[in-house]
Order: sequence, then C-alpha cells, then structure tokens
Amino acid sequence: MSEDAKRFLAPGWDFGTVTDKISSIILGPTPLSWFVGFGAAFAALLLFIFAVSATFLRGIGLWGVGIPVAWGFAIVNFVWWIGIGHAGTLISAILLLLHQKWRTSINRFAEAMTLFAVACAGTFPLLHLGRPQFFYWLFPYPDTMGLWPQFRSPLVWDVFAVSTYFTVSLLFWYTGLIPDLATLRDTAKSKLARVVYGVMAFGWRGSARHWRRFETAYLLLAGLATPLVVSVHSVVSFDFSVAILPGWHSPIFPPYFVAGAIYSGFCMVLTLAIPLRSLYGLHDFITDDHLELCAKLMLATGLIVDYGYVMEFFMAYYSGDIYEKFLAYNRAMGPCGWSFWLLFALNMVLLQALWSRRVRRSVPTLFVLSLLLNFAMWIERYVIVVVSLTRDFLPSSWGYYGATRFDWSLLLGSFGLFLTCFFLFVRFLPAISMSEMRGLIDERQEAGK
Amino acid sequence: MAQLFPPSSNSIVKAAFAAGALVLCLAVWVAYRVERTTYFTKAGVACEQPVPFSHKHHVSGLGIDCRYCHVSAEDSSFAGLPPTRTCMTCHSQVWTQAQMLAAVRRSAETGQAIAWTRVDRLPDYVYFDHSIHVRKGVACQTCHGRVQRMPLTWRGYPFPFHMKDCLACHRHPERFPREDAELARLSRGFPPGERGHAAALAEHVRLLTDCYTCHR
Repeated sequence: MSEDAKRFLAPGWDFGTVTDKISSIILGPTPLSWFVGFGAAFAALLLFIFAVSATFLRGIGLWGVGIPVAWGFAIVNFVWWIGIGHAGTLISAILLLLHQKWRTSINRFAEAMTLFAVACAGTFPLLHLGRPQFFYWLFPYPDTMGLWPQFRSPLVWDVFAVSTYFTVSLLFWYTGLIPDLATLRDTAKSKLARVVYGVMAFGWRGSARHWRRFETAYLLLAGLATPLVVSVHSVVSFDFSVAILPGWHSPIFPPYFVAGAIYSGFCMVLTLAIPLRSLYGLHDFITDDHLELCAKLMLATGLIVDYGYVMEFFMAYYSGDIYEKFLAYNRAMGPCGWSFWLLFALNMVLLQALWSRRVRRSVPTLFVLSLLLNFAMWIERYVIVVVSLTRDFLPSSWGYYGATRFDWSLLLGSFGLFLTCFFLFVRFLPAISMSEMRGLIDERQEAGK
Repeated sequence: MAQLFPPSSNSIVKAAFAAGALVLCLAVWVAYRVERTTYFTKAGVACEQPVPFSHKHHVSGLGIDCRYCHVSAEDSSFAGLPPTRTCMTCHSQVWTQAQMLAAVRRSAETGQAIAWTRVDRLPDYVYFDHSIHVRKGVACQTCHGRVQRMPLTWRGYPFPFHMKDCLACHRHPERFPREDAELARLSRGFPPGERGHAAALAEHVRLLTDCYTCHR
C-alpha cells in the first residue's frame, strides 16, 4: 500500500498543500490558455448548435444517409462517444471495488468525461430519429396511440441502457464531489462562490456520521455502476448483432464492443490527462505511473479488440457462408477498403508499440498514440456501420455513402459540446478528488510510522 | 466567521426537493390531461361551415338515410360529400327563398361546389377505407358519434380520432356491436353488425393490429 502511495503521489505533499494546490485551479487566477481552449471549444459548440438546428428545421435529408446506408455518421458517432464513456465508469467503479489506489487522482475527471461523452452520444440517436422532437415516444407512457414501445427492439433497450448509465454515472460523480464541494465552500473567498458551493455541498460538515454514510453510499453506487460497464456497450452492440446483416450479425459483438469501449475510453483519458496535468502543473498527482497503467489497460483491451477482428475473418472462412465471405472480402478489398487498412495499421500494428516500456513512459509519444488510436476506434465503427451496409445480399441494392458537410459539422461540433463542458468542469469543479488525495496521504503517513 | 446559511436552510432545501418532485409529477399529469382535452381533440366543437347544415333535422327529423348524401360510404375508401344537386332535390322545391340556403342556390347556379370544412380528418400516413368498416358492420355512429343528434356537425365525442381509439376496436371488435335501438333503426339496410359477427372478427385481431394494416 505504501509502495502504491509513493508511486501515485510524489513525496512532499501533505493534507493542506494538496487541498491548496487543487482548489487553487478553481479559486486562483485562470490561465490564458484556458480561455484560448474554451474559446475554441465554444466556437465548435456553436457549429454543433447550427448543425443541430438545421437538422431540426430541415430534417435528416441534410445528411448523407439514404438507402442502402441508412445508418451513417450519427450512429458511428453515437457508438464512438458512448464507448469513450466506459473508462470513467471502469475507473470509478471496478477499480474502486478492486482497491486500485491509482484510480484516485484520475477518477474525478474520468467520470466527468463519461458524463459529457454520454451527453454527446445521446444527441446522435435522437437526431437520427428524423423527428427528434418526438424522442419521448421511446419511453413507455400512457400515450394517445394506445401503444407501448417495441420492447423486443434493441433500439428501445438502448434508451434504457443509456439513460440508466447516465443517471448512475451522474449520481456517482456527484456523490464523490460532495466533500470537495464543502472544501471549496470553506476555502472560497467570494460570498457568491461560498453560497453556490455551499448549496451544492448539501450541508456537508465532515462529521464521522457523514463519512460513514458517504462511504456506504459510494460503495453501493460503485456496485450499481459495475454491471453497467459491461451492460451498456453490450446493449449497443445488440443494435447490430440482432440484425441479420453480414458484418453485424455476430455473437462476438458484445464482448468485442465492451473491450473496444474501455480501450477507447482509456485513449481519451490519456488525451485529456496529459494536457490537463501540464496546463495546471499536476505532474505530482497524475504521475507517469498513472499514464503507464492507462497505456497497459489500453494494450490489454486493444488486444481483445484485435482478437475480435481476427475472429470476424476466421468466421467468414469457417462458416462457409458466401455473404460472410463476401463481407470479409469487401471490407478489405472493396471500394471502402481504405478504411479497413487504416484501421488495421493503427489498431493492430501501431497498438503493439505499447508493449515497449520506453513508449509507455514517453509522454509525448503516448499523447500522439492516444489521439491516433481514438481516431482508429472511430474508423472501426465506420467500418462496422457504414461499410457493412454499402454492400449486402443483393448486388442490385448496393450503394455508397458520402458524408455531407452537416455530418462533418455534427461530428466536429460534438467535440465542441464535449470540450466546452470539460473546460467549464475544470474551471469550476475540482478535477482531482481532494478528499481522496488526502486519504492517500493519510495512508502514506500510516505506513511511514 | 458568520454562518453562511441560517438554520431554516435545511427545511428550504428539503421543501425545494419535494416541490421539484411534485412539479415534475404535476407536469406529467397536466400534459397527459391537456392532450385529451377538446381544445386539442376538437371533439364536440362545432366548426364554421358555409351553410349551417343540421344532421339532427335531416336525419332524426326527416329520416333521411346517411347514404342518401354520403353515397360512397359502402363502396369506397371515402364516404363522399354530396354534390349541390343532391341538396337541390328537395331545396328546389322547399325553402326556395330561405336566406340560410343562399350559398346552396348560388352553388347550384354557378356550378361551384360548396366549400365544406372537413370535420373528421385522419393523418395522411393512415390508410383508411370506409367500405371495409361499413361492410364489417361498424355503425357510422361508432366513430362519428351521434351525428343524428347534432344540430351543427362536430367531431364525435368521445372518439377524437386518437390512434388508441382505432386500436380499441381493432383489438376488441366484439366490444363494439351495433345494438342500441336508435342505431338499429338508422342502420336498416346496412350490412349486419350483431354480436356474433363482431365476435367472428375477434379471431382476426392479429391481422387487425398489424402495423401495416393501417400504415401502408
């Protein structure tokens, strides 16, 4: 335990200095780079609002979707964003239950990442409905149509999976925030900040009784969130595997999607953690050991994903089914073959670089790798969703897909939504859990005695 | 340092949470009710017509059959609105000078059809055929309300053409027999719609409730 405490928190920090350092991000002056970053993110958010409004007003005829490719960027983006969310839940719930101390300094912003990614993800299927203003038809309520949603449809399971996921993630994140909000209430100088953080802290006083209840609630929520790590992306994969289309109809999808989700989630953790710690000088809290462990998890889950790719090709051969065989051929050699080879180069070849300790310890390399592999995961969903649809059973119904500028605007704009939320989060809420960092110091002192 | 919040804060926060939950429930309830009010369904609300035609007078008073004017109800998807010359079969002889019928006479002279305002309207994504309903023994009044009692025409109450109203009968046709004496008198000559016939339909509920039965 003391060994862990040493690796995941640089020496020389005590209760007071840790609290001061983390709360100074919020209460101290805001660096210029924050404004630059926020401005860029906000500009992208405006693009998103524009594209969403256009979709509302004119309909999804603005997108590149049609027949045979009825699922385009919107579904690719949905699966990609929701996958990113998975690392947050894994870090917060499973690593908590497994007593992995290294989750301490990265769990807070990973959970925030989860929430914002799920929010981004949620917008896409709603827009994809075509008449997004009627999204509430997806919920079972006593409507004037005398109908319930089609409970046998994976698309309805999606609604429940994603909304449950968002709710539990939000509760988990907020519960963890409460002691830190109380710290901010007590350290803030301005009256307004004290009142706002005070209301949000729900009257937390840090008494023994509060802590006991807090720990119980936190553990219970972790228990609730754990099955969600596996269930949500399994349900998302059912959208595909329940259909009969070659390239979708495959029993390997649930585990393969879950592994891909955790993989892309850890890519995104690295993409966010590396700039965050250098922007605010948090190298002592988010150490190179943290980054290395994230990279190891990426390697492990990435290899499972690679196994999935290999299995898809093996099954095409082993099944003897002409449609499956053609799908495998079309993926690699068809008109969209470039997307498969790009995926292959990144997710199967480049990923192996993480076997090397030198790569895992080199921060700039990790950052570039995380960006490339995030991109690869997006391409993976493109290969699954779009390329499978372009050529199905009947050659007469084959087609091609071209994204329009509205598709691109929505994709780029969703980064705006995500990053705007993230910049605001870093500015107004503690990006690293102060209370848990103090717990780490406490453990170290206990061990030192 | 002075306390940030007075002791009453706890109660205020608790009350706010309770109020939030209450408002949410109330909002759902209000939305549920409002959607079913006559303001939205237009059931029971007479609309403006070029001529104040009274079904009550013509049907209950004079005993004219529905099909005298709505000729294609039994044979076509559309029940049909009468041409002006149908009105003129009587009104060329009776009430020839009535101010109320000026628009009818003008229409007869010019050949320009009377622009009736449609009362019962289904969305265009619903495939609806009058003839099959009439032939399977559904009374006009089952969907249109007691038109024979309407001095001005309104959408039948309590059947405001919500999908659930269609499904009520498509799911349980046996519950909509043509039984009451007034209906029986008005439906003389219509295909039979007694309980036995409707019960026979009930065997085909699966077919009646397929999506593509109405949404083709």
